[in-house]
Amino acid sequence: MAKVTVLDPRGYAPKITARGLAPQLDGLDGKTVYLVDVGWENCDVFMHQMQGWLGEHEPRVRTEVVRWRDQHEPDPQLCERIRHDGDAAILGVGL
Amino acid sequence: MCAPEVSGHVMTLETEYGVPTVAVHGAAFARLVDSVVQVNGMPRARRAYVPMPVLTKTPAELRGYVEGDDPVSGRPFMAGVLEALTRPLDADDLRGVEFDRDTPRLLEPDTEENLHRLFRDNAWTDYLPIVLPTEARVAAMLAGTSHAPDEIVGQMRPTGFRELWDFTVEKVAVNAVMAGAEPEYLPVILALASSGMTARQSSTSSMANMVVVNGPIRDEIGMNSGLGALGPYNQANAAIGRAFGLLSQNVQGGSVPGLTYMGAQGNNFAYNSLTFAENEEKSPWEPYHVQHGFGADESTATVFYVWGNVWTEGVRSRWEDKLKAILGGQDPFDGSILVLDPLVARSFYDLGFDRKEKLIDWIHENVRIPAGFWWENFTTRNLMHELAEQGVEPWSTYGSVPPEQLIPMFEPDNIHVVVVGGSSNGQWSSFQGRTLDARFRNAPTDPATISIDRWR
Repeated sequence: MAKVTVLDPRGYAPKITARGLAPQLDGLDGKTVYLVDVGWENCDVFMHQMQGWLGEHEPRVRTEVVRWRDQHEPDPQLCERIRHDGDAAILGVGL
Repeated sequence: MCAPEVSGHVMTLETEYGVPTVAVHGAAFARLVDSVVQVNGMPRARRAYVPMPVLTKTPAELRGYVEGDDPVSGRPFMAGVLEALTRPLDADDLRGVEFDRDTPRLLEPDTEENLHRLFRDNAWTDYLPIVLPTEARVAAMLAGTSHAPDEIVGQMRPTGFRELWDFTVEKVAVNAVMAGAEPEYLPVILALASSGMTARQSSTSSMANMVVVNGPIRDEIGMNSGLGALGPYNQANAAIGRAFGLLSQNVQGGSVPGLTYMGAQGNNFAYNSLTFAENEEKSPWEPYHVQHGFGADESTATVFYVWGNVWTEGVRSRWEDKLKAILGGQDPFDGSILVLDPLVARSFYDLGFDRKEKLIDWIHENVRIPAGFWWENFTTRNLMHELAEQGVEPWSTYGSVPPEQLIPMFEPDNIHVVVVGGSSNGQWSSFQGRTLDARFRNAPTDPATISIDRWR
């Protein structure tokens, strides 16, 4: 059968820039972990449950539940606070 | 939209603030998240998953998620979270991954049968037969515009925190050919593409589009604004809307369930994006685009996002109760697009609504629900309470009144009136729909009503 040539319908993807992870924690003892509620319904409750679990199972980890100001926008103030006062963060829940 | 945003915020904390961070997502979003972190150069972003749903669960049930297993890894959830923060990293973790993706202009020559299969298997179609975009067909399509084939039309993506893809006039023409469009439709299709508002929005809510065309181009290209305008009875209506969908999925990097499309049920309106022309000639009011600042002799396309509609007939003695019942039963955030047959528009006009704005204002003032019920709604609770907390009006006031106090269902800028139909029946619908919230546009100032004339 005869062959035909057609055009590709796809757009042009941007080049992907490499982004590396921050160094890991050297253990959990004495560390401060921010539990960040991104603002979706019930995520604050979930974060408090994580906090409860850590309090029981990892009592040498200090935790604080905080709220991302607007999930659709950066929150540099909170990020700066986490960097200055914390060692790690857990964000959720992405739905 | 939330899972990609959580991924984005986590990657920001990692790279700009040097904070090791774990993202917790609902398990249904695993494949999506894998894709988002990869195209942001951080395929090894720290993440863990919990079962769905989260929103309606009690504290005890959510504690069960914390104590249970990650449904994606199969391992204890908290063990996975803590390990992600403490495990030794290798060079690839610290470096990330950089890569380029090429899009060739031409595909490898093949038989028509194989090409049809290729397009379908690559999810480049709507699973209906397409017109293969040969060079001759695309060249013929490009005669529909004065713009150069290699001109960048705009950028598109299925949702925020995904990468923006560029596309050219030629790419739009390729997808227009696939949809069965004629060259004279191309300015309309280019206008829709240039809006940056995808017709394949990834939202879990399964939103689709409605496209309303105004101005002289309606007659120039034979669009339908009368009998059957919303149905499969006109080539221009059908092909323009279909082209909008196909170009969206193809130029934005895809619309694949679980990866770049998360609509829980999907939406049948997406087949041709509910594309029609407003019946300006039979309407007692000014056309939609004139109402929004364009001249009557200008041609425009307006992009709405819609979820569904409630249909009814006639404007009878208890029309006020009918409007309150229909609109009051919708979801507040999503707005209302009243799509009225000319007979219905005339009925409202004869009741004293001699301008669309008067009907819109009446709806804003009279369609009210208790504030507690308004804020109990899933979308207002999750998308509007932030504005209330930031002191943005009227949400700040709505958030501070007693729950039993009645507040407006919709703000005036979230109520739209369009006239279309052939007057064989005084039918009308309230489509649950709106123009895209500015927070979710490529740029907040991107308009919802776009000039077609600049793409001629």
